[in-house]
Amino acid sequence: MTAVGRFLGRRQGHKGAWTVADVLTYAYLIVGVLVMFGPVAWLVLSSFKTQQNLLEFPPTLLPLAQVTTAVDGYAERLPLFDVILEDGSEARLAQVRRIGLMAQMVDPAAPDEVLQIPIELRTPVRELRLATENYTESFTRFNFLRYLRNSVVVTVTATLITLVINSMAAFALSKYRFRGRNLIFLVIISTLMIPISVILVPVYLVVNQVGWINNLWGVIIPGAATPTGVFLLRQYMLTIPDELLDAGRIDGASEWRIFWQIVIPLSAPALAVLAIFSVMWRWNDFLWPLIVLTRSEFFTLQVGLNAFQGELQVQWHFVLAMTVLTLLPITLVFSLLQRFITTGIASTGVKG
Amino acid sequence: MAVRTTPLQRANALAGRGVQGLYALVMNAVGFVVEPIQRVIGQRNMAYLFLLPNLLVFGIFILFPMALNVYFAMTSGTALYPQDRNFVGMANFERLYTCTDYANPNTCLEDRFWRAARNTGVFVAFQVSGMVAISLLTAMVLNRKIRGLGFFRSVFFYPVLLSPVVVALIWKWILQRDGVLNAILISFGQDPINFLLNGTWAMTWVIIVSIWANMGFYTLILLAGLQSIPVELYDAGAIDGTSTLQSFRHITMPLLMPTMMVVLVLSLIRAVQMFDEVFVLTGGGPGSATMLLVQYIYATGFGTQNPRFGMAAAASVTLGAVLLVATLLQLRIGRGSERHLA
Repeated sequence: MTAVGRFLGRRQGHKGAWTVADVLTYAYLIVGVLVMFGPVAWLVLSSFKTQQNLLEFPPTLLPLAQVTTAVDGYAERLPLFDVILEDGSEARLAQVRRIGLMAQMVDPAAPDEVLQIPIELRTPVRELRLATENYTESFTRFNFLRYLRNSVVVTVTATLITLVINSMAAFALSKYRFRGRNLIFLVIISTLMIPISVILVPVYLVVNQVGWINNLWGVIIPGAATPTGVFLLRQYMLTIPDELLDAGRIDGASEWRIFWQIVIPLSAPALAVLAIFSVMWRWNDFLWPLIVLTRSEFFTLQVGLNAFQGELQVQWHFVLAMTVLTLLPITLVFSLLQRFITTGIASTGVKG
Repeated sequence: MAVRTTPLQRANALAGRGVQGLYALVMNAVGFVVEPIQRVIGQRNMAYLFLLPNLLVFGIFILFPMALNVYFAMTSGTALYPQDRNFVGMANFERLYTCTDYANPNTCLEDRFWRAARNTGVFVAFQVSGMVAISLLTAMVLNRKIRGLGFFRSVFFYPVLLSPVVVALIWKWILQRDGVLNAILISFGQDPINFLLNGTWAMTWVIIVSIWANMGFYTLILLAGLQSIPVELYDAGAIDGTSTLQSFRHITMPLLMPTMMVVLVLSLIRAVQMFDEVFVLTGGGPGSATMLLVQYIYATGFGTQNPRFGMAAAASVTLGAVLLVATLLQLRIGRGSERHLA
């Protein structure tokens, strides 16, 4: 009970001896690392396995591939096996072909003599090898660069538009008194938690009417005026003193200039948080692009990956490789900006 | 005069100046158009101009569709354009809500809707409670004095960044019949389980996977909440001789309550809207064992040759009403913290 008590207590710093609570803490963290990273590590390891290696059950931990060798008199490279010979000795032989339960094998050093070996007496010789062909070959089936380009275009454009129009609206709602201000703000925040999935049909109709089906704009624009963004930025802009703005006005600055030269730079932290959210939403967006984009040349990475796995259900070696490629960009960005992102998100309580 | 800088710093500074220059250029260009407008409409009315772009997008793609959705819910047919659709009044809702026995979806006219509703109920109950419990536990562990806090925080947060499609594929690979999880089961002498082809197991894993993918986000929020509790309170408690369990009950829990409520409501709202991970992981199957409400809407309106837009809209009006209640709850709670901010 005291161990539990100490565990529940806050920031028990001690020097020297480890308590039970410390052991529990680090045990939890180590299990946490395994559970959170393990599946991703398993995906990456698996993506480098050959198709044969993937079909094995139970699976091998590391990507293994059979060793092959060139033998005089044979055009193709032959797979190597460790074989127990009739006299009980072991030899390393290359397999020419398999016929039923027997295998025709040759000694690479003496390729003229063909031996008949029962297949249960041979075990494949394997080495650690990364099957990079999973990646190179799937490029011909999965248009990764096209999908990547579409995803980047959607994410960057949508984030820029989101930042611009939401900060303008937040500026108006936080720094002006005008008729209808409270009504507009109330309407906007009452839709705060209404996702696009609730209005799929009519938004589809509107986008269709504008002619944006199979057009990246159809993905970019509908979510650009996010109530979350307006709310977040407005709350932040309320903390900017009005005196700063009035000082600008006295110096003859126009409202537009006050907006972009005073308010925007002062709102940088909130804008950064919104930018992080927007990038995450847009990069991972799935349901709406799935509906708007039906032609493969417009697919984003997520939609493309889903279509790819649907087509090639059994060809896991391709699907796994492309999944790794899809998670790579966001992993790189995260490892560079992780401190910035985690503290930024901790400072708010929002997610779309 | 010159401070020695590395090439990287110089490049950064140069890029920064480039971005700033571009920003000023664009903003000045916009100013050429906007500033004359201010002279015509006056300073006070500029607020409307600032609101205009956002309200246009908001009005066209959110507000108008919300109203249209209600109309759609009262029409039938497969035509997309409202003028081609038959007005049927409340018929869709009547069909949606007709059951002889509400506990048994098979007795409902629109049985798939009720199955989806029931699945969503089960999913939300277990996912949200599991999510809150695990996030809180993790946040409390991370709040202790540990080495490598930044590293561990990132470890728990990392899956949040993964896209739902990637998350689903990672787990589909692990959970398949010849997957690594079954290999582990066999090595412990257990029989392999077809996790994704058994309704109960599929739902269990859908819940676990969605907790795995999102718990890092709530952990971060709760950790921030824990860290904002003043240490002096614990010191004062220690002087008064409170035990650690007591200080947890009487200091930590009450002061963390607002953050807990935010986490609860946010995860609740997100759970009700769940679609992506489940759609890719199980496709709603086996049968309709993991089909949730949003997938019902998608399948009814889009995933079929004969789209029933009216029924999909009626179901989404229902879902919207549920979310609205949750949002009002959130705003009520949020008001307290907003006052605190201001």
